[in-house]
Amino acid sequence: METFQDVTAWFSDPVNWSGPQGIPQRLMEHLQYSWVAVLLAAPVGVALGTYIGHARRFEFITVTTANLGRALPSFAILALAFPIALHYNLGFSIWPTVAALFFLAVPPILTNTYVGVKEVDADTVESARGMGMSGSQVLRRIEVPLAAPLIVTGIRTAAVQVVATATLAAVVAGGGLGRFIVDGFARQRGDMILGGAFLVAALAILTEVFFAFVERSVKPRTASQDRSRFKPPYRHAAQAGRPGGDGYVPGA
Amino acid sequence: MSGQPFFRFDWVWDHRDDIMTRLGEHLELTLIAVFLGFLIAFPISLFAYRHRRVYAPITWVAGILYTIPSLALFAFLAPFTGLSVTTAEMGLVSYTLLILIRNIVGGLDGVPEDVREVARGMGYTPRQMLWKVELPLAVPVIFAGVRIATVTTIGLVTVTALIGQGGFGYFILQGLSRFFSTATILGAVLSIALAVLADRLLIAMEHRLTPWARARGGAV
Repeated sequence: METFQDVTAWFSDPVNWSGPQGIPQRLMEHLQYSWVAVLLAAPVGVALGTYIGHARRFEFITVTTANLGRALPSFAILALAFPIALHYNLGFSIWPTVAALFFLAVPPILTNTYVGVKEVDADTVESARGMGMSGSQVLRRIEVPLAAPLIVTGIRTAAVQVVATATLAAVVAGGGLGRFIVDGFARQRGDMILGGAFLVAALAILTEVFFAFVERSVKPRTASQDRSRFKPPYRHAAQAGRPGGDGYVPGA
Repeated sequence: MSGQPFFRFDWVWDHRDDIMTRLGEHLELTLIAVFLGFLIAFPISLFAYRHRRVYAPITWVAGILYTIPSLALFAFLAPFTGLSVTTAEMGLVSYTLLILIRNIVGGLDGVPEDVREVARGMGYTPRQMLWKVELPLAVPVIFAGVRIATVTTIGLVTVTALIGQGGFGYFILQGLSRFFSTATILGAVLSIALAVLADRLLIAMEHRLTPWARARGGAV
């Protein structure tokens, strides 16, 4: 039975810290999948969400996407990329994995942005219009800044999910920190399994904490801070599935 | 590799019994996880609702559990409880907790203060108020939590294939290890279909449960 000492020994073994199978290299692979996927998904999700929330068009599609996005099993999506890549001879580059992660990352970002823009106080928007702002000015100077915390929440949800799912890339012949877990299982090495699990968990929690800080820093300062208590809960807006409607899910 | 057909329907047809078995396994793992999760989350939520101070630490712990990637969580447990159903369920249950606790407490929080006032005025004890007034009114939000937990669990069950369980995840893993795309696609498509179907079904049930919420504006 593996003990705490075995894991400590695994972490202190210099062999695990160098080479193409070392922790730094695996971490870089993991971050590469995650960053590329989130960096590609963020503009797409924010742009679509902003447009839909502002113009109030295609709302039904958005709600459906949100529902579907939450229901989609991430492992299944990631696994699907593999036979497709194989069939079309796309090789084992990072792209099948990144593409799968991209599809998982877009829905939470899109939904949260949409809810954020849509939920901006109607009076505030009206005042802005009354002051002579054009549609695009309202969007840029009122709606997007007020929706910023929720947009970041969407990116945070997506990023944490992507980092978690990138672990599974190892199962689908990819790299990343999940390799230690998958290889550990294959070689029956408990220290490796636990070491890998620790690294993956730490990365996911760090991602969550990092974005929690970003979220706090983009919160606009408004006169009526206390009103935010009655706004729909931020964190789980995407998971509730039906933004703004009866998909009330308590959060934060 | 690419000489092989992308998808072989004959293989699927030959394995229809296997598919039914895996469907049963998938549903069993899911239902047990959500059921146990609810059994654990319910008393914790009631306690947190009464004693507000413990709510933040409880959601904090549940949040950490929720954030740990599934493969890592199973990996943490596997050296201790082996490649077993127990390992799978421990992981799956821990993912339902945050969702369920948030929705149960949130549902109770959503009960209008006027309603509580009336109940108090009618002489309800706190216990009576909880069971006869607050909980019934919280049902829609609690049910929404059960729905989200169920759908999330259906997705996560596929990952338990790596620890020897898995339901439809078994096909995904089988296909991946043998470079056999038919099995992977079958497993992925079936688990996606099951998740989406369960989501639709539970949404429909939710509507049935809360006829007053059908009008715009929501239940709470």
